[in-house]
Amino acid sequence: MTALDTVVRIDSADDIVTARQAGRELATRLTFSLTDVTMIATAISEVARNISKYAGRGEIRLGVAQHNGHRALVVQAVDSGPGIADTEQALEDGFSTSSGLGLGLPGSKRLMDDFELQSKLGSGTTVTMWKWLPHGV
Amino acid sequence: MPVPILKQGNFLIASIQAAMSDADAEQLQDDLMNRVGRFRSKGIIVDVTAVDVMDSFAARSLRTIAHMTNLRGAETVVVGIQPEVAFAMVQLGMTFEDVHTALDLEEGLDFLSRRDAGRSPHDRT
Repeated sequence: MTALDTVVRIDSADDIVTARQAGRELATRLTFSLTDVTMIATAISEVARNISKYAGRGEIRLGVAQHNGHRALVVQAVDSGPGIADTEQALEDGFSTSSGLGLGLPGSKRLMDDFELQSKLGSGTTVTMWKWLPHGV
Repeated sequence: MPVPILKQGNFLIASIQAAMSDADAEQLQDDLMNRVGRFRSKGIIVDVTAVDVMDSFAARSLRTIAHMTNLRGAETVVVGIQPEVAFAMVQLGMTFEDVHTALDLEEGLDFLSRRDAGRSPHDRT
């Protein structure tokens, strides 16, 4: 059961700000603490930048879903760019194929509660991240 | 929206707004480098009080500013990192080990004034 009904198109680096603001609004509405809201917005910023940097375009989808026995805010970053050759390596701190710091994916994983990276060379990448909703929501 | 830069005595103060785009961050690097030369500034304060997300790109831009302007003889202090932003930066794995930081604008100015006063006349030339 997944309803990712908020979609932000990433066509340029300027859309990264729009995506993380959309995430911030949704997380605030779901009564996450300011610390959690900031972690979610930071993780969105990282995966949105990856889309802009490596694939050129794609989208960030946001919503609420059930996952591993939790209700969670879901962030999905989808692109049909070049894909990642070695997804395990991409999750190591400090590994980067660009001039970046190599913190984007491993860092985003630490900022969220669950994280999934699917990629196929030549056909694109999907990153899905979950943050468990505060109790009582 | 470009980051406004104020000149105060020997120092420059740049106040970053919440929604700094990548282009704004790059523009800020150029602007500060130019002004350090034009105003012969000895110190720079980058105020991030209004910044609600410090991702790896923004953090790297600030480190680059600190390193570049240092090569031009100006010291940079980043002030006003909010508690939740600091928390997220640590989780992300970002550190500012090689960048001076201070609690707020007042502490930052204090820090720079002490450093500036500590320079011998010889160093100033």
